[in-house]
Amino acid sequence: MKRGTREYTIWSVGIVVIIIAALFPVFWLLMISLKTPATVGDKRLVPKEWTFDNYEALFKGGFDSPLLQPLINSILIALIATTIAIFLASFTAYAIARLSFPGKSLVLGGSLAIAMFPPISTVGPLFDMWRAIGIYDTYVGLIIPYLTFALPLAIYTLVAFFREIPWELEQAAAVDGATPLQAFRKVIAPLAAPGMFTAAILVFIFCWNDFLFAITLTSSNESRTVPAAIAFFTGESQFTAPTGNIAAAAILVTIPIILFVLFFQRRIVAGLTAGAVKG
Amino acid sequence: MSTAAPPQAGAAVEKPKKVGLTERARAERKLAWMLCAPAVLVMLLVTAYPILYAIVLSLQKKDLRFPDESGFAGLDNYITVLSSGLWWTVVGNTLFITVVSVIIELILGMIIALVMHRAIFGRGAVRTAVLIPYGIVTVVAAFAWLYAFDPATGFVNDTFLSPDDKAWFGERGSALFVIILAEVWKTTPFMALLLLAGLTTIDEGLYEAARVDGANAWQRFVKITLPLMKPAIAVALLFRTLDAFRVFDSIFIMTRGAQDTQSVSILGYDQLMGRLNLGLGSAVSVLIFLMVLVIAFLFVKGFGAAVPGQGDQR
Repeated sequence: MKRGTREYTIWSVGIVVIIIAALFPVFWLLMISLKTPATVGDKRLVPKEWTFDNYEALFKGGFDSPLLQPLINSILIALIATTIAIFLASFTAYAIARLSFPGKSLVLGGSLAIAMFPPISTVGPLFDMWRAIGIYDTYVGLIIPYLTFALPLAIYTLVAFFREIPWELEQAAAVDGATPLQAFRKVIAPLAAPGMFTAAILVFIFCWNDFLFAITLTSSNESRTVPAAIAFFTGESQFTAPTGNIAAAAILVTIPIILFVLFFQRRIVAGLTAGAVKG
Repeated sequence: MSTAAPPQAGAAVEKPKKVGLTERARAERKLAWMLCAPAVLVMLLVTAYPILYAIVLSLQKKDLRFPDESGFAGLDNYITVLSSGLWWTVVGNTLFITVVSVIIELILGMIIALVMHRAIFGRGAVRTAVLIPYGIVTVVAAFAWLYAFDPATGFVNDTFLSPDDKAWFGERGSALFVIILAEVWKTTPFMALLLLAGLTTIDEGLYEAARVDGANAWQRFVKITLPLMKPAIAVALLFRTLDAFRVFDSIFIMTRGAQDTQSVSILGYDQLMGRLNLGLGSAVSVLIFLMVLVIAFLFVKGFGAAVPGQGDQR
């Protein structure tokens, strides 16, 4: 395809349209978050008066503020769940990619079934169980379901990556006199790390995104994550809608996603398609 | 991409080695089971056990507001749900949202995948841009669309799309339209990336040959691209259909189910969390679970064995 041809123009226009369509809603939220309460209803795309008040209000009052505690909760819960999920999934993925055992397709098929499982069907029983054993409205209470629904994603992605690793290198290292631990640390771990990192990003995004468990298994800002906290924001008085504050909080939780996407675009694409297409 | 290779095929190749289980093979099995056990247990703890518990709860009269009236209820909860007009309205909504958004996503996703595949410049930029909707928190995206269409804050009513002040969330049709729009925006990139992965596996030489034989762009697409991408399309459709069927976040934020826009997940949530009626809510949960099973079954039947995991032993 050459510059100046009709085909070239069509594809170029396509690219521009896709980029604008993908980014526009984020731009729009950012603009709302910078509007003053008086102008939030002016329907303009770009604010007439600019302000950072919406962001400041979110953190006013430290730990009693609307967003600080939920933000900490979101980060910690997603990080802990991601770490455990990758840890457990890498055992399973290693077994599936490397060892031969009966029940392999059962484990893979079971994970797939769980990836398709409707979370709403577990919410009632979990609510009841968590209250009975005292982990309702705690980090643990959210981490466990996140782990469950993130594991299939992690296992599928890791199996796809682990299959690509040239495991013969392990024996080669042993022949050269490396101990099993050295062979693992110096040869296998560096090869497995990129895949594990990619799986970790996908799992983190998954946990970061959850809303259903966050609103059903928590009852206070003690362990509520940002998506749930935003949904329960209230205006400063009964007569003001918290539009600006919600938009500001929404932009803040989008920042990590934007950073991930900017820095790890290739990895995310590879991870997303590895599990589904190569599996 | 291996599609129709059933697990047995790979196992059969390995069979000769396994005749008379050696000490080593037995140790390998044991290790494999030990490595899989923790993940399997966690997955079962939060899915199998709760769904069994939900089945038990659904057969009982259990309303946390009236704890004294608890007891065995047989199939009463199911009869209540299935004989209510609300349930069928809600199932209709969910199926409507699912079918319409998945069809639009498939078409748009295919176009975007083709653009990304053919792009000579800006390949990285496009991929980065489309990953934003994929990665963004669904609740955040829902608020963006809510504020765009809300007559009090949105610009949509000032554009050519809607010259007069339209209350988009004030009636069922337009509310469902915005809900579907939000779904499509959020998940088309995922569809596009899966389809793109399928596209890149197609041999360019086929297109060259077709071109030499005088096939135009449309013919090349229909005769080469589509048939070769059937497995990728099947996987993408299966994932997205079941995902769309669970739609919850966007509806919760945009209408909270008002104007008859509830999905099955919203209805389940309202019964369980809003009314604290664990019996009825669990019946709804079990019915949703059964519907997901049926959809998955139909897909696997309809598309053959083109499901990931089936071709695992390459």
